[in-house]
Amino acid sequence: MTWETVMGLEVHVELSTKSKIFCSCTTQFGGEPNTHCCPGCWGMPGTLPVLNEKVLEYALKAGLALNCEITRYNQFDRKNYFYPDLTKAYQISQIYLPFARNGYVDIVTRSGEEKRIRIHEIHMEEDAGKLIHSAYGDYTYPDFNRCGIALIEIVSKPDFRSSQEVIAYLEQIKSTLEYLGISDVKMEEGSLRADVNLSVRPLGSDKLGIRTEMKNINSFKSIERAIDYETSRHIETLETGGLLVQETRRWDDNKGKTFSMRSKENSRDYRFFPDPDIPPISISEEFLLQLKAQQPELAHEKKVRYMSQYGLSEYEARLLTESKFLAKLFEETVELSKNPKETAVWMLGDMMYLMKEQSLEASKLCISHEQFAAFITAVASGKINRTVAKPIFEKVFASHDFDVNKYIKANNLLQINDEDIIKQVAKEVINENPGTVDEYKSGKNKVFSFFVGQTMKKLHGKANPSTVNAIVSEELEKI
Amino acid sequence: MKISKEIVREMADISRIKLTSQQENKLQEELQELVGFLEVLNELDTENTQPLTHLFQISSVMREDRIFPSYDRTALLKDTPEHTDETIVVPKTVE
Ligand SMILES: [Zn+2]
Repeated sequence: MTWETVMGLEVHVELSTKSKIFCSCTTQFGGEPNTHCCPGCWGMPGTLPVLNEKVLEYALKAGLALNCEITRYNQFDRKNYFYPDLTKAYQISQIYLPFARNGYVDIVTRSGEEKRIRIHEIHMEEDAGKLIHSAYGDYTYPDFNRCGIALIEIVSKPDFRSSQEVIAYLEQIKSTLEYLGISDVKMEEGSLRADVNLSVRPLGSDKLGIRTEMKNINSFKSIERAIDYETSRHIETLETGGLLVQETRRWDDNKGKTFSMRSKENSRDYRFFPDPDIPPISISEEFLLQLKAQQPELAHEKKVRYMSQYGLSEYEARLLTESKFLAKLFEETVELSKNPKETAVWMLGDMMYLMKEQSLEASKLCISHEQFAAFITAVASGKINRTVAKPIFEKVFASHDFDVNKYIKANNLLQINDEDIIKQVAKEVINENPGTVDEYKSGKNKVFSFFVGQTMKKLHGKANPSTVNAIVSEELEKI
Repeated sequence: MKISKEIVREMADISRIKLTSQQENKLQEELQELVGFLEVLNELDTENTQPLTHLFQISSVMREDRIFPSYDRTALLKDTPEHTDETIVVPKTVE
């Protein structure tokens, strides 16, 4: 039987506000355990939560950019549970009136397939603390620094059919939120977390199978592996007549497997009710229009513009716009160099290679767009040739204050275009190698590149390659 | 609504508390009384009444995104039943 995988995603995103959602503690990552806490985020009796206005602003920006309908009358609700990742025995969330609904994201997968993924809803909530388990005793030590950091949870419809689609969706969400400047979206620091709901069904069926939810997946690579593993587990269980249970499973990255969490997570009764401590929030049309007007050009919009304005391919435009930092560098460099094609070539080739080699994120690049533009101009105008250019680019890439033109001058790297000089050197090479000249004359065309190579070498790699080619060929014909 | 023993046990379970059978009986009685009291509300016609979630007619109370110094950790931990210098201590939550 052919099976189809059906998936839905719950994406938690930490908003990059300075203070927590309902109190004034810092949201800074790390810090000594329980030093970013106060009676407010510890839920002590007598404290009152007061909503951070930036949280609402950031959340609404995300909702608008993800094409959602915005709820005008908002409320917060309590999700009650006893678990030591928070002290007050409930999490403040939005259950009945999520601030955004019915949105969508248009994705393009790596293989070029286009698809619309629907967003069911987005709600605001507070993050819980981190539990540190003792390796020796029967104890757990909660760190509540993360407790009360603002989150939005983006809940998709079950529209995914492959891990490729899931990755494309996450990349797009990540990029959109990065462009909006509302989150660090770092999976490894937990500011972007994805839970995958997965079920399988016979291809063609419109009934959903038993689904499991996978938690604790913290990289794109792991998401792909977890989906592959869980899909095979479902299919194998069903094909061997086994029974699937609807449950939450934890992804273990080292073992490459999912494990049942065995908690009562699924049957838990959260006894939701509106939080009487937080007055309702009304959102005006005016405020929404104002936020909409502030929305920057997003990755998919930039991509389309790059293709028409700069004549880049879909692939090139996509890679350049995925990160706002790369797009910014590209635009600033082109502004000065007036050469989008050459700029794209170096960014997508040598620069991406170096970034990958050094595991460097786009936000951490120290290349200066002025020097990069000077470099592009030097290459494009023939001031330096490509052999010389490569190591120079590495220097431009590595340091913000590397001076391209000064370096070219100081190291005498200007491209040699002077035909008389090239001709003289080519003649020398021919005179010094009579044997090879004979070989050439007897029809062994392959040795032609020997003469070009030797001439280039004598000119320290700085000559214009096409001129060298033409002159060597000309000189050999003369003999 | 009838409050059964099962309901009492389930509520104790979600609240992570242990009850003796005497306490179960007592709570069952008290909860039954409470629910009976609330049942008066069912006699009212609430067809056109909006649910009331807040008593005061205020909305959109928010604060600026500003950091204020957090609380002294020692002071926060002081009144907890069991703690180290850095955190409170709870029974292990994983096997
Ligand atoms: Zn706090």
